[in-house]
Amino acid sequence: MKTRRDFIKISTAGAGAAAISVKAFGSKGFGFFEPKTEGPVSDEDLTPYPTYCEVCFWKCAAWAYVDKNGKIRKVLGNKNDPHCNGRLCPRGTGGVGMVYDEDRLKTPLIRDTRKDGSQYFREASWDEALDLVAAKMKEVKEKHGPEAFGLFNHGTPGGQFHHLLRAYGSESNAEPAFANCRGPRSSAYFSTFGAYVGSPECTDIRDTKCLVLIGSHLGENMHNSQVQEMSDAIDKGATIITVDPRFSTAAAHSSHWLPIKPATDIALLMAWIHVLVYEGLYDKDYVEQYTFGLDYLKDHVKHMTPEWAYGITTIEPEEIRKTARAMAGAAPAVVIHPGRHVVWYGDDTQRGRAMAILTALLGSWGKRGGFYFPEGVSVPHYPHPHFPEPKWTWKDWNDGKYPLATMGITTELLKASIPRYNYKHQVKAWLVAGTNLPLSMPDKPLFKEAADAVEFIAVMDTMPMDITGYADVVFPEATYLERYDVLRASPNREPNIALRMPAIEPKYDSKPGWWIAKQLGERLGLHEFFNYNDYAEVIDWQLKQLGTSLEEMKKVGIKKFPRKSGPLYLGEGEAFDFNTTTGKIELYSVDFADYGFDAIPNYTKHPEPPQDFYRLIYGRAPMHTFSRTSNNPNLSDLMSENSVWVNPKVADLWELKNGQEVWLKNQDGAITSFPVKVRITERIRWDSVYMVHGFGHKNKKLSRAFGKGASDTEMVTNVLVDPIMGGTGMRGNFITFLKENPEVEGKEVKA
Amino acid sequence: MRYAMAIDTKKCVGCGDCVVACQTENNVPHGYCRDWIVERVDGTYPSLSLEFRSERCNHCDNSPCVRCCPTGASHIGQGGVVLVKHNKCIGCGACIQSCPYDARYSHPEGYVDKCTFCLHRVQKGQLPACVDVCPTKCLYFGDLDDPNSDVSLAIKDRKWKVLAPEAGTKPQLFFLT
Repeated sequence: MKTRRDFIKISTAGAGAAAISVKAFGSKGFGFFEPKTEGPVSDEDLTPYPTYCEVCFWKCAAWAYVDKNGKIRKVLGNKNDPHCNGRLCPRGTGGVGMVYDEDRLKTPLIRDTRKDGSQYFREASWDEALDLVAAKMKEVKEKHGPEAFGLFNHGTPGGQFHHLLRAYGSESNAEPAFANCRGPRSSAYFSTFGAYVGSPECTDIRDTKCLVLIGSHLGENMHNSQVQEMSDAIDKGATIITVDPRFSTAAAHSSHWLPIKPATDIALLMAWIHVLVYEGLYDKDYVEQYTFGLDYLKDHVKHMTPEWAYGITTIEPEEIRKTARAMAGAAPAVVIHPGRHVVWYGDDTQRGRAMAILTALLGSWGKRGGFYFPEGVSVPHYPHPHFPEPKWTWKDWNDGKYPLATMGITTELLKASIPRYNYKHQVKAWLVAGTNLPLSMPDKPLFKEAADAVEFIAVMDTMPMDITGYADVVFPEATYLERYDVLRASPNREPNIALRMPAIEPKYDSKPGWWIAKQLGERLGLHEFFNYNDYAEVIDWQLKQLGTSLEEMKKVGIKKFPRKSGPLYLGEGEAFDFNTTTGKIELYSVDFADYGFDAIPNYTKHPEPPQDFYRLIYGRAPMHTFSRTSNNPNLSDLMSENSVWVNPKVADLWELKNGQEVWLKNQDGAITSFPVKVRITERIRWDSVYMVHGFGHKNKKLSRAFGKGASDTEMVTNVLVDPIMGGTGMRGNFITFLKENPEVEGKEVKA
Repeated sequence: MRYAMAIDTKKCVGCGDCVVACQTENNVPHGYCRDWIVERVDGTYPSLSLEFRSERCNHCDNSPCVRCCPTGASHIGQGGVVLVKHNKCIGCGACIQSCPYDARYSHPEGYVDKCTFCLHRVQKGQLPACVDVCPTKCLYFGDLDDPNSDVSLAIKDRKWKVLAPEAGTKPQLFFLT
C-alpha cells in the first residue's frame, strides 16, 4: 500500500522512519511563473458519457467527462448504480489512464522474420492482419475441424470472440476466471444451495450483523459496493471476524482476527460447525425445514472439536467457541463471505462447502443480512442462426475428470495444445482475448510449452502485455472508454442494465472488440451472425425489446427494473424448493457422494514449508487489478512495484534490510525474473511471505511496469488440482531468498 | 465560516482513491500529489494495530507557510482555506520547509502547489473530489461553525486527534480514532 509519499513517510513500530526527501526547490530556479497546466475544469464545461468500468470486473456504471478538446478529464461513478453508488474505486477513477497510456498497442502487428532468422513485429494494416487470422481459421477448420481453434477469453470483449468461435464451430474455450479463480466456489455453493453467489456476490453485507472473512481481503480487494457495505457495517457496529495468516486491512478493521496457520481453514470451519451443532446454536426451524443431512453432519463433526482444531490451526479453543457464538448470536444476519479467488490448496470446493454448510446452519441463506436472492434483467439475444454443433468441446478434454466443472479449464486447454499429452481432441491454434496468460496462469513451463506447440496465436489487447510477445498477430483493441460493448445486466437486489458507449473516438488505429470479431466473421462467411454495421444497432434493438432505447440510456447510463422473481428474502417458514438433487439445502451432498467425493468436508493436512522456505501467499492491492493496471500512469503512480512481505524474525535470520532487493526461488528451483524489494513487517506470519499479484512484467514496451517488482505467478509451479472441478490450487508453493543476482554467476558477459 | 475535514481511520482502507480523484480533478501531474496515504503499524504479531490515514494540507489556523511566504502568494482564502496564487509564487520553497506536514510540493512548472479543499467545487455546493469519491465514506467535510455540517457531526461524539499538535499550527484535519 505504498504511495510515493508513504515511501518517504512510512512509520513502522520499532523502526525509525527513513526520511529520504525527493523534494527540492523548483527546478527552474527563481522567478515568477505563468502556469501552463490547466487548472480544474468546471463540471458544466464537460460532457458526460455513460460507461461501465472495465478495469476490474465489478463493472461499476460511470460517467466519462470529456472537455471541449475531446480529452477525457475524469471518470465519476453513476449515483444510481448499485455497483458503485456514485463512488468509483481508485482503479475506476484511474481508468482514464488506460486511454492515455502512451505505451498502448497502436496498430495491428504481424510477426515476421528477418534475413538473419531473428523475429520481430512489423506494423500492418487491419485488412492484412484480419485476412491473415481469417485464413488461419479457415486452414485449421479444413485440416483439423473448427474445434481445434481454442479461445482464452476474459472480460467484456472476450464475449464477442466467444460468439465468433461458436458461429465458426468451436466451443474450445476457457477463461482464467473459472479454474484459476472462482470455480471452486461455484461448485460448492451450487451443490449446497442449487444456486451461485454470482458477481457481484449476493452477500447482504449492508444489513449484516456479523461478517466473516476467510482469507478474503475486502479493502485490498476493492470490489466496490462490497467495500462500501463493509464500511457501512462498521458504522452500524457489526461484528467482523477475519481469518487470515496476514494482518490484512480487513483484519485491522475487525472485532476478531484469527491469525490462522495457513492451509488449515477447513479444520477451523468444521470446528465452528461442531460448536453450532453440539451447543445447539444452529437455527433449528430453518435447518429442519430447508436442509438435508443434519444427522450425517452431526455424526461427521462429532470429533471435530475446537480442541481438535487448536492443534491444527493454532487458534485457541476459547476463541473458536467465542466466534462461533458471536455468529449464532447475530444469526440469521451473518455473511460467511464465500471469497472470490479461492484456488488455494486443491480441496477448495470442499472448503467452500464447509462455508456453505455453516451458512445453512446459521439460517442466513435467503435472509436479511445474510444472502439475498439476486435478480438480473434477461437481455434478449440479437437474432442470428443457430450455432453449429461442435463435434467436441472443452468438456471432452476432461475425459471424465472434474465432473463438476461448468466452464473450460485453462490448464486443460494448454495440455490439449501439447501433442505429448496425447489428448484425444487436440488444439492447434489460439485466440487470446483480454487475458495476459503468462501472468494469470500457474505453471509457466506448461504455458510456454503449449505456446510453442500451437501453430498460430492471435492476441487482442489494449496494451503490449507479456502475452502479446507470443503472438503471430496482435490486434490493438480500443479501451472501454472508446467503444460500445454488451449491456451490463448483472443480477443484483434490483434488476438493472447499464450502457457502455464511447466517450471519445478510439485513439491510434485501435478498434473495438465487437468490430474485430465482426470483421473476422465476415471474412469467414458468417455474416448472418454479425448482421449489423455498428454494435449500437444491436444495443438499440435489445433496449427496445426491454421498453427503453439507446437514446434514453445515453441520458441515464443505468436503468432499474421491478423485480419479477419475488422478494429479496425468504418469508418466515415460506416453502422453497432448492435446485439441488434433494430439493433441499444439502448439508450432505448427494451428488458428491455419487461421484465418490466426500459428501461432507474433511480436513486434509497439506505439506509445510521445508527448512529455509516460506509459504507464498499472494493477493491484491486496492489500486491494481490482475496484471493489467501496473503500467497505468495514474495507478502506477500510486503503487509502482510490489514487495515481498517478510516477518521481522525471518528478516533477522536472513539479515535482510527493508527495501533490499532479493530474488525468490521456489521449491522446484524456479527463480523470479526480476528482484523484488523486501518489506519487513509484523503484518505477516513467520512461516509465510506475502506478495501483491500482477507485477514483474517482462515486456520492455511497458515503460512503467517492465521489471518492476516480481511475478508471484512465476513462483507457482506446484499446482494442486481440485478433483471436483479442476481448480488450480496455487498456495502450495514455498520460496526462499537469493541475496545475489542468480544470473551473474557463471554467465558469459558479452563485450 | 471555517472549513475543515474529518478522517475516520476506523473505516479508511488506504485504497488511495482520494489521491487519484484529486489528481484527475485538479490536473495534478503524474508523480506529484496533493493528498496521500500513510500506513502505521504498531505491535508485534499477532497483537497488532494498523491505521490508515488519508492526509493532505491541514489548512492550519496558525499557518507557518503563509507567514513565511516572501511574496504573499501563500494566503488564507475563504473559510480559512490555505491557498497559493501560482502567478505570485517565485518557487523559493520557504513554505515547503516550514510546513510540518510536508503538504506542499514544487510543481514541475516551478510554483508551489497544494490542496485547496477543492474550493472551486465547494463554492458551487459540491464536496471536495476526495470526499465525493471515497468508497468507504471515511472523509467528512464542511463548516465547523455550522453544528450540523458533516464535519461537525463527525467529530461530535468521537475521539479524534490532530497531527503534530506540538507544532502549534492549529490544524483543521481531525483524525477519528
